[in-house]
Amino acid sequence: MEDNKPQLVKVTVDGIEVEVEPGTTILQAARKIGPEVAPPAMCYYQPLKGSGGKCRACLVKVAAGSAKDPRPMPKLVASCITPVQDGMVVENTTSPQVLEARKGVVEFLLINHPLDCPVCDQAGECDLQNFAFEHGAAKTRYEEERRTFDKHDLGPYIQLHMTRCILCYRCVFTADQITNKRVHGVMNRGDHAEISTYIEKAIDNDFSGNVIDVCPVGALTDKTYRFKNRVWFSRPVDAHRDCPTCSGKVTLWYRGEEVIRVTARKNEWNEVNEFICNTCRFETKKTSDWVIEGPTKIARSSVITANKYRADTIKPDFVSRLAAANYKPIDDTRDTSQLSIQQLPPERFASSN
Amino acid sequence: MGKKILLEHIDVPGIDTYDVYRKQGGYTAVEKALKTMTPDSVVEEVKKAGVRGRGGAGFPMGMKWSFLAKPEGVPRYLVCNADESEPGTFKDHYLMKHIPHLLIEGMIVSSFALGANKSFIYVRGELMYVIRILEKAIAEAKAAGFLGKNIMGSGYDLELVVQPGGGAYICGEETALLESLEGKRGNPRNKPPFPAVKGLYQSPTVVNNVESISTTPWIINNGGDAYAAIGIGRSTGTKLISASGHINKPGVYEIELGVSVEDFIYADEWCGGIRPGHKLKAVVAGGSSVPILPANLILNLANGDKRLMSYESLSDGGFATGTMLGSGGFIVMDETACVVRNTWNFSRFYHHESCGQCSPCREGTGWMEKVLHRIEHGHGSLHDIDLLVDVAKKIEGNTICPLGDAAAWPVGSAIRHFRDEFEWHINHPVEATQPGAVYRGEMALV
Ligand SMILES: Cc1cc2nc3c(=O)[nH]c(=O)nc-3n(C[C@H](O)[C@H](O)[C@H](O)COP(=O)(O)O)c2cc1C
Ligand code: SF4
Ligand code: SF4
Ligand code: FES
Repeated sequence: MEDNKPQLVKVTVDGIEVEVEPGTTILQAARKIGPEVAPPAMCYYQPLKGSGGKCRACLVKVAAGSAKDPRPMPKLVASCITPVQDGMVVENTTSPQVLEARKGVVEFLLINHPLDCPVCDQAGECDLQNFAFEHGAAKTRYEEERRTFDKHDLGPYIQLHMTRCILCYRCVFTADQITNKRVHGVMNRGDHAEISTYIEKAIDNDFSGNVIDVCPVGALTDKTYRFKNRVWFSRPVDAHRDCPTCSGKVTLWYRGEEVIRVTARKNEWNEVNEFICNTCRFETKKTSDWVIEGPTKIARSSVITANKYRADTIKPDFVSRLAAANYKPIDDTRDTSQLSIQQLPPERFASSN
Repeated sequence: MGKKILLEHIDVPGIDTYDVYRKQGGYTAVEKALKTMTPDSVVEEVKKAGVRGRGGAGFPMGMKWSFLAKPEGVPRYLVCNADESEPGTFKDHYLMKHIPHLLIEGMIVSSFALGANKSFIYVRGELMYVIRILEKAIAEAKAAGFLGKNIMGSGYDLELVVQPGGGAYICGEETALLESLEGKRGNPRNKPPFPAVKGLYQSPTVVNNVESISTTPWIINNGGDAYAAIGIGRSTGTKLISASGHINKPGVYEIELGVSVEDFIYADEWCGGIRPGHKLKAVVAGGSSVPILPANLILNLANGDKRLMSYESLSDGGFATGTMLGSGGFIVMDETACVVRNTWNFSRFYHHESCGQCSPCREGTGWMEKVLHRIEHGHGSLHDIDLLVDVAKKIEGNTICPLGDAAAWPVGSAIRHFRDEFEWHINHPVEATQPGAVYRGEMALV
């Protein structure tokens, strides 16, 4: 039965065993088992080389390093960059220490986040919303002033909202790896580090629009789609066309009969399958430009597919988890933002008078 | 009088010049190593010496050297970490400024041992004048035939490059330093791979502190065993201590490891005691990153024995009652120092210096600073103390590089040992915010 394939190694994640190739990361091994044990990832992005290690959302406990050396690792490790060893035992959701650290990471990512979801285009398909919903506390302990940034203009297609950025560096890796020249990057240090271009400069090349798809939050959004819609009101449809620049395989986002947005297709981990060009993304928005393949299969439990195509896209366990989560309204000590007050109808505030 | 290894000739006039340094026995270690020893036997002596990294972590230098990967056809590098930016630490600066040739000689011997033909000294960017001193020393050593091609006919080539640093504390973290040296933003790398396998330009690299490298000429001249005979236990040799604060004689001292903390503070040979009319309140023993200890715990272990200036003794008791030797930045405070204000000041530094890559450090350092600022300025509430402890705990151990820990430890330890002082600040905001106001509660001063 022996063949030439590399010897697989055995890893246990939350008590479930899986066999993977040597060199696989803990995160990928866990993903192989399934979403129930896969750690959340806010910065790691499989298609981008060198990504990961930064957000610390994916921290796990290594209860046994390997069969040869079964000692536990002294600290929690970032599962997205730590390779597995044969006989490794990993605790993700079964370790209270991991859950506590993860709660901390959510809190850290949110203390300076503007929480302007009501006016953010990303809401509904935002990794940070999902992460906070699944792993965060309902209450904030942060009483200080939030950090804000000056606005930077990145040109006609891409809107940068730096206050929403979680500094995952995905957009930097994207520009490095799929465009021929990166003109934006991280300036400054610490909690004043920001995504920017050196001197107000438009990000301008055929593939720049992909930074919008990789951004886990609403820091980089599509200017041609801005404020047009809430994602849960739109219907995603897979389509393709003969494109001289890219694969031409996209997802069209419909509202009624109108294509309001074009994005790359994503896998079940919310990662882009194939990057697409700016022409497909920003300038090809007529149904007649495309060959329609059919409704996009959105594997993750998501508000996007709710009531759109099939009842079974909402997983029953998601509904029961929602009920079991003992949902409490968010108790945020900040004032309501001016912007959201202006946009809400006045009768919403009648009861508080 | 303790044994002097690094500062033996510090008072000789003109020791910063090649001629005087050579007359005092300089560069004999290069002659000995290149003419009579193999690279491996140099590594062996350094291993025997048991000298531990002087940059803060205390990792045995010989062991680090023996981990260096040696793949065929790939260059290997030695990089000297002279970025010294830890608050309270100023010994590398002192050494390079006064005896630049000691570091150059150490770099030659160490590069030879590691098989590196191009080595770098990464100097804190603010110290331009030190960079010029080093460059002058390198030119002198080269003119004398100790650098360049085929050194002393041994067939060994070495080029030494001095690189001005990027002007950030984080560039002292070894992998951020390598990024910066490569001309990139100084962000620490994810480990593994460690520099010993993939360091500068993805080649095997050793990073060592200035003081660590400067011990090698003496070790080669006198043997590893002779070095190991100095000091105490696994804390072999001597250590430079940067002494500052409320003492009579601040400055850089070379001590034999194992001197008692009490002697170090009070003996005339070293700090010369607390300034007249004042008493010892607390010490930060190893640079701003290590836990602060109150007077009784820095002088004595929890069991009452005297605490010594050594890696083991200073960390005795873990973080509950101990601290760390760190980089040897010894900051002494008398009863006029306010621990809350000092902790806020340290946290301000870490907030300013976090590179911002990982969320716990980027966000947590700013949060702690803001809360401490509030407490210091009379706007704190009692639950802020527990909040600080919790935030520090959520940073510690969960970050890419140890800067996160370094930011968390001072806060955690200050609250652990001086909680009453924090509470006083919160409960007496008017009193506590008077100029020069300091808590004088139940504290044990010595
Ligand atoms: C934030 C940070 C700053 C550091 N700064 C320095 C420094 O200025 N000088 C230094 O020698 N080591 C510094 N270190 C330690 C280095 O990463 C590394 O451990 C050291 O240079 C290794 O040399 P050694 O083994 O000779 O001590 C720093 C570490 C961290 C995490
Ligand atoms: S802009 Fe978006 S993709 Fe870029 S670093 Fe910020 S959060 Fe990540
Ligand atoms: S711990 Fe701080 S300094 Fe170190 S990599 Fe993370 S953010 Fe940067
Ligand atoms: S996903 Fe692993 S650290 Fe961000």
